[in-house]
Amino acid sequence: MTTLTKTEDAPAPTGPESFLSVRDLRVQFSTEDGIVKAVDGLSFDVERGKTLGIVGESGSGKSVTNLTILGLHNPRTSHIDGEILLDGKELVTAPEKELEQLRGNKMAMIFQDPLTALSPYYTVGRQLSEPFMKHRGASKKEAKDRAIQMLEKVGIPQPKVRFDDYPHQFSGGMRQRAMIAMALMCDPDLLIADEPTTALDVTVQAQILDLLKDLQQEFGSAIIFITHDLGVISNMADDLLVMYAGRAVERGSVKEVLRTPQHPYTWGLLSSMPRLDGDIHETLSPIPGSPPSLLNPPTGCRFHPRCAFTGEVTGTLCSDTRPPLADGRAAACHLTAQQKQSIFIDKIQPRLR
Amino acid sequence: MLQFIIRRLAGAVVTLFLIGAVTFFLFVAAPSDYASLACGRDCSPERLDAIRHALGLNEPIFKQFWEFMSGIVVGRDFPDGHCAAPCLGQSFYSGDFVWDTIMDRFPLTLSLTVGAMTVFLIVGIGAGMLAAYRRGSLVDKIATGSSMVLSSFQIYFLGPIVLTILVYSTGWMEDPKYVPFTEDPVGWLVGLSIPMVVMATIFTAQYTRMARASMIEQLAEEHVRTARAKGMSKKFVFFRYAWRGSLIPIVTVLGIDISALLGGGVVTELTFSLQGIGRLAVDGAINKDLPLTMGVMLFGAFFILLLNILVDIVYAWIDPRVRLS
Amino acid sequence: MSDNLTLPAQQGSTGTSTEPLLEVRGLTKHFPIYGGFPIKRKVGAVQAVDGVDLTVGVGESVGLVGESGCGKSTTGRLITRLLEPTAGTISYLGQDITHASRKQLAPVRSDIQMIFQDPYSSLNPRQTVGTIIKSPMEVNGIEPEGGREKKVRELLELVGLNPEHYNRFPHEFSGGQRQRIGVARALALNPKLIVADEPVSALDVSIQAQVVNLLQEVQQELGIAFLFIAHDLAIVRHFSQRVAVMYLGKVVEVGDRDAIYNRPRHPYTHALLSAVPEVAIDDETEAKERIRLYGDVPSPISPPSGCRFRTRCWKAQDKCASEEPPLLQISGNRDGHLTACHFPEDPTTEARAEDVILDPALKALEKDAADDTGAKPAKD
Repeated sequence: MTTLTKTEDAPAPTGPESFLSVRDLRVQFSTEDGIVKAVDGLSFDVERGKTLGIVGESGSGKSVTNLTILGLHNPRTSHIDGEILLDGKELVTAPEKELEQLRGNKMAMIFQDPLTALSPYYTVGRQLSEPFMKHRGASKKEAKDRAIQMLEKVGIPQPKVRFDDYPHQFSGGMRQRAMIAMALMCDPDLLIADEPTTALDVTVQAQILDLLKDLQQEFGSAIIFITHDLGVISNMADDLLVMYAGRAVERGSVKEVLRTPQHPYTWGLLSSMPRLDGDIHETLSPIPGSPPSLLNPPTGCRFHPRCAFTGEVTGTLCSDTRPPLADGRAAACHLTAQQKQSIFIDKIQPRLR
Repeated sequence: MLQFIIRRLAGAVVTLFLIGAVTFFLFVAAPSDYASLACGRDCSPERLDAIRHALGLNEPIFKQFWEFMSGIVVGRDFPDGHCAAPCLGQSFYSGDFVWDTIMDRFPLTLSLTVGAMTVFLIVGIGAGMLAAYRRGSLVDKIATGSSMVLSSFQIYFLGPIVLTILVYSTGWMEDPKYVPFTEDPVGWLVGLSIPMVVMATIFTAQYTRMARASMIEQLAEEHVRTARAKGMSKKFVFFRYAWRGSLIPIVTVLGIDISALLGGGVVTELTFSLQGIGRLAVDGAINKDLPLTMGVMLFGAFFILLLNILVDIVYAWIDPRVRLS
Repeated sequence: MSDNLTLPAQQGSTGTSTEPLLEVRGLTKHFPIYGGFPIKRKVGAVQAVDGVDLTVGVGESVGLVGESGCGKSTTGRLITRLLEPTAGTISYLGQDITHASRKQLAPVRSDIQMIFQDPYSSLNPRQTVGTIIKSPMEVNGIEPEGGREKKVRELLELVGLNPEHYNRFPHEFSGGQRQRIGVARALALNPKLIVADEPVSALDVSIQAQVVNLLQEVQQELGIAFLFIAHDLAIVRHFSQRVAVMYLGKVVEVGDRDAIYNRPRHPYTHALLSAVPEVAIDDETEAKERIRLYGDVPSPISPPSGCRFRTRCWKAQDKCASEEPPLLQISGNRDGHLTACHFPEDPTTEARAEDVILDPALKALEKDAADDTGAKPAKD
């Protein structure tokens, strides 16, 4: 492990514990239909060794954000503004060569579908070895030893034999384990997991989530965990960021956000999911309408066309002014703190039990 | 894999047999009398009968078929001498053995195919991949634009233009001609350079577009993104991860193209006044020369089947999922 | 619901009904695999569904849960006769329709309808919404009062879409709206049973609830019976009065909602329930048992002998390999609660003294962590 060298070169300029710091990130894609504002003024921090959950539906910008952190967006069609600081190093303006040195080394990613995310043309072992050889200058033999060690760590039976197998010879859960092993090859400080269990069955998902949690304890990586599933995030994350239509709408610790949510969108998400121990006679309360197109997003608060509480806000604030998201525990909503609290207690909480 | 190849080869033999059978019976069923064709205008009944006998046309039809088929494997005897295996019969028209005629013409066709293919594979795939690598750049625009224009050309259009410029107007080069490679490699290349280049130009345009499209598709694959996410350089990912998958559609089309080229391209041969397999096939059909037509047909079919098997083997080499299933 | 419905009133039959609408006995579907050398022949079969018994009462909603490859979707397709069963019987209102021909099936076809998972590929993109919803009536030669178009408009309104959108194409609608179109199409023939195959799993979380609520309205107010096939246990619980749990082509446990979710007996049901990630909304939430299986579901081409779950089961003994456990009301089960297990678990989902962890990697990591922190438990 290289944890020793890491603590030495950590100047931590952005805050006491902030390891990754994203400031006012804007990502725009030009498409044939116009400009898609995929991410619009997003700021967040990830602490060393902690897990930040990012929850949102399709089109919320959660995956785009993380591809941008790794610098994997298409430079021809996308325009990036803002700051991404990884351990004090600015990534948005960093040259490609430097990003290459960081990717797979200091920051690694786990993708959603391990079947398509691993190359069908090369053995699992070879795909695992490559980053280790590149970043550590390791020999083929050293990389192989490391890969077998990692495969064993993530629970692949007979790792020496499976090293020479191709991804399609693995089952779905085993493939995702191999993917995790690959991400951990160089002991990254930051691990980005983009819906890592969405393609898996529920019993396999439980295995993989626990495995990730336990591996984090051992490796000490910070994790950004992206998902649409509040249940998953509730078990995985320390802090939580709720995204809607390219913006962060609520932020706080997982406990705070899930137990005393303040944003109408978070309320909507929570009360549209049935619980295993919920009251079966209580009908679900869905969020009306569907997520907006990011080609032409709503003005003001992007959630206002679907929001049931715009009537409680004076004037046309919701439809013409973007609600700010304060630092720390906060929700980007024009309702007053008093209103948020009383609406939650009176109207939302009773539905959740 | 071996089982697979054996099974495919066995299938190919059966297919060739069926193709032979169908062609044979179609020609026999056709309403023309080969003996009187071969006999010519002032034909006496005795002579006609002699020719019938010589051609074996008075034998029962299945016996004729059997003799034709067994001739391919063990050879057969004709009044003019022994026709060694693989014997495809004797031309009604010229009296030559069909196999010898094909072997006489084939080197030219093979030369054109190999020459043109070398050029269009290297230039076409190279340009296509470069265009994909630098997508949106000037290189890409030139490659895409010129291949768009060139692929709408035809040999009978481009050929005469090139001939007019290089041969008839300026006299810089001689008319295309075939010199055997074994006799004079330089003469071989010079003699066939114009048709090779003209053929290659048109194919290059197609392969550029195909390689570019296929590469761009591969670059959008998730596993390519994963490779980038673990810090591999753009170049490494391009040549290691994306390149392999992009070959699959190219190999598919290449198999079809090569077998068509080896079966003979009439238009090319006519444009450049060359005597290849394509001309032979047309002559055979015009002269109702049954053995010749059947021979060329089977010869072409052989290549189609062979290339099909080769393409499948290449698939297995490219993609372990094919190999291991 | 709108008041001007012309659908037949079957209200009042929302509770569990004793009158069976659909009865499935020993339903089996094997997909043959060909191979071999030199001549290809049948070398095996994917045993997708292998002896499933299931009953759906009039107006009842039955849930079918299980993980991918358990055969739940195949079962749905067999019941709607989109696939031909290999063995077993399907009877609808007492009539055997297992191998009924197209013609014999015609009257039943309109009674049993299906809603598909993917609202993008299950609607013909070249047809207008009106045509899509109308076509089942045309195919079956049904002419409702006031004409087909009127009926289509009523159906659109019923599923919460604007009847003015009659002439629009599917691509003009969002995913949730498309699934509503799918529901309207299924309702066009006044069915008595709807087989819904993962009807919400392709939708965003905020949209899922809209469709679940719509289906629930349809089920309760029109008295239509549902076979609700899904992998999401919480949604199935919310929607279904009775639930069957499938594993590798077999029903391993079936019972009413309370039996399956609060008093499960089969170890697999325990493992499934324990694996569902739930939002911890307060500290009072009872601690659930923690069961972590190892690996994935085995291949249905050569399923394990005896009990099919035994290879991943912590209670498996020799008997499990040699003897297939029958689906029975084992001792301790209430009426209608059947479990196929030789060594059933206690009927509770409460946390155990010791977690069941079969995953060696997980076990090793947690042991290391526990050793590091001394006596303190490593996990919260």
